[in-house]
Amino acid sequence: MSQQGQNLFSKVWDAHKVRELPGGQTQLLVGTHLIHEVTSPQAFAMLRELGLPVRFPNRTFATVDHIIPTEDQNRPLSDPLAESMLSELERNCAESGVRFFGPEGGQQGVIHVIGPELGLTLPGSTIACGDSHTSTHGAFGAIAFGIGTSQVRDILASQCLALARLKVRRIEVTGQLPPGVYAKDVILAIIRKLGVNGGVGYAYEYGGEAIEAMDMEARMTLCNMSIEGGARCGYVNPDEKTVEYLRGRPFAPQGEAFERAAADWRAVASDPDAQYDDVVTLDAAQIEPSVTWGIHPGHNIGVLESVPTPGEANDDERAGIEEAIAYMDLTPGQPIQGTPVDVAFIGSCTNGRISDLREAARIAETGHVKEGVRALVVPGSQEVAREAEAEGLHLVFEKAGFQWRQAGCSMCLAMNPDKLIGRELCASSSNRNFKGRQGSPSGRTLLMSPAMVAAAALAGQVVDVRTIKNEGKH
Amino acid sequence: MDEITETTGRGCVMRGDDIDTDRIIPARFMKVITFDDMGLHCFEDDRKSAKGNHPLDDEKYTGAEILVVGKNFGCGSSREHAPQSLMRFGFQGFIGESFAEIFAGNCTSLGLVCVTLPSEDIEKLRESIELDPEQEIRIDVAESTVQSRAGTMQGDIPPGTKEQLIHGRWNSTSVLLEAGGAIEETAAQIPYVNGY
Repeated sequence: MSQQGQNLFSKVWDAHKVRELPGGQTQLLVGTHLIHEVTSPQAFAMLRELGLPVRFPNRTFATVDHIIPTEDQNRPLSDPLAESMLSELERNCAESGVRFFGPEGGQQGVIHVIGPELGLTLPGSTIACGDSHTSTHGAFGAIAFGIGTSQVRDILASQCLALARLKVRRIEVTGQLPPGVYAKDVILAIIRKLGVNGGVGYAYEYGGEAIEAMDMEARMTLCNMSIEGGARCGYVNPDEKTVEYLRGRPFAPQGEAFERAAADWRAVASDPDAQYDDVVTLDAAQIEPSVTWGIHPGHNIGVLESVPTPGEANDDERAGIEEAIAYMDLTPGQPIQGTPVDVAFIGSCTNGRISDLREAARIAETGHVKEGVRALVVPGSQEVAREAEAEGLHLVFEKAGFQWRQAGCSMCLAMNPDKLIGRELCASSSNRNFKGRQGSPSGRTLLMSPAMVAAAALAGQVVDVRTIKNEGKH
Repeated sequence: MDEITETTGRGCVMRGDDIDTDRIIPARFMKVITFDDMGLHCFEDDRKSAKGNHPLDDEKYTGAEILVVGKNFGCGSSREHAPQSLMRFGFQGFIGESFAEIFAGNCTSLGLVCVTLPSEDIEKLRESIELDPEQEIRIDVAESTVQSRAGTMQGDIPPGTKEQLIHGRWNSTSVLLEAGGAIEETAAQIPYVNGY
């Protein structure tokens, strides 16, 4: 049982420790392993070469998300490379007894969307996946992090990882978020404050009134982008919202077992007198709808602010700002509001859930996509798509001129046919504005909340979502 | 498994901070089920847009085995395709101001060495290599030092990583399997692993 003064990270880490390794690393049991088609095939091949079986096939779960087309998912996929990756995953899962959530089964989607939705993501668990946005699952009070393919092999073979223990930084967001300000804006503000590598060596614990007030999907958005701040994992302590979200989910415990589990979940939360290696505080009232202007997520400003001027930056940052402004073809000092957009993308493991689509639809309903703007809405999973369609959101989007697509990662990283072309500039609800990220080597990305993306699609330029009023209901 | 006590070779200087793994290997080249061709597309988009003016295309760095980078190198995606690409291009070691955590871990899994140096030393090393790109650069893993014509610089390699490299335990699968039945014993204590 937990001692006083422990944070969640310590409790979970200690419960999953198999042994100490020489040099101070821990052999940590990974309770839940998630895999997808891009980073797992080489791991299965290495395992075969070593003649090793999958040790706990019932603790690995698979789906296809990165390469899946969002217009036509019928087999064989039209892109032979994508089809071969999907076939390879199916073969690996079938041969090793790993459960695969494929497009035909109705439970497919972005791995970080389906994990929570199926009840695979549980408080107090350790979760790893060959994908840096695995931090998403921390929303439930899981210790969840991205790994490379050699580590995917390690887990398949041993259900364990060799890891150095992380320090824990508590990030306290006090007060209430103003209207029109979302979890996306909070995490962008945190990254702006602490830097894109400020979290290296840390797990981030998010807490405070503004975080406690967030629903589970908002917490997922928040934790999702921990890695963009350099923190390999981020988490929120489980509470009654966490418990109620999980009740009745297909892979969550059921009946009496659920109540027993819920008691464990409440107990795994950080103790009131828990110790941290660092504490940082932000005031929610000061956070504005945020927009990136550069080539990493730390390059972000409030929508009413202007693109920075390299001359006013410190020596350390100047070259990076110059490089970013040149790539983005923006002018130092120009207001970010009014920047014309060519493409609008709503979706991804960051912001492709039902609450994201509801917020975007509420804006979409007020107008029509600007002529010349290509606007896509890609639900994060087949379940999200069904929910949205049951609520008629797809009709709202289509009426407003958005394309309603099928579930996948899509234009977040453009490994499927959804890509930017040439120098197109995209207002995007995804997580990375790196050079070339959205499929065109010279394409440009402005990250923002889904509501801000919808507003930009209608206006054909970056606008402040707070100026758009919709008295209707969604 | 090889014990890795040092890495030596010529250096290549790549200036700039926050160079992400999407730049090292753009996602469209990951539509394959092996790592075999990763070396062919290393920094492909950056190199094309630099039109030959990129360190990886600079003749004076041809054959370099050690890449000297800035802050937060390898940030972003967890793709092991990135260090695979750099390794297959020819790099065995990386000297930088700082590395993203997942990238550094992936390097260790492949037996590639990442060592960090203070900012001033990185700048001195850059200048030294730019002036004399033929010189040999040596990373001593046990001592965490970098030796070059700019002198011997004290760097840092995390203790766990150092242990893995110098004792040939960087391919972690065999190390983890040594735990044997302790894995099942730990798993048996964890309710969710056993369906509650």
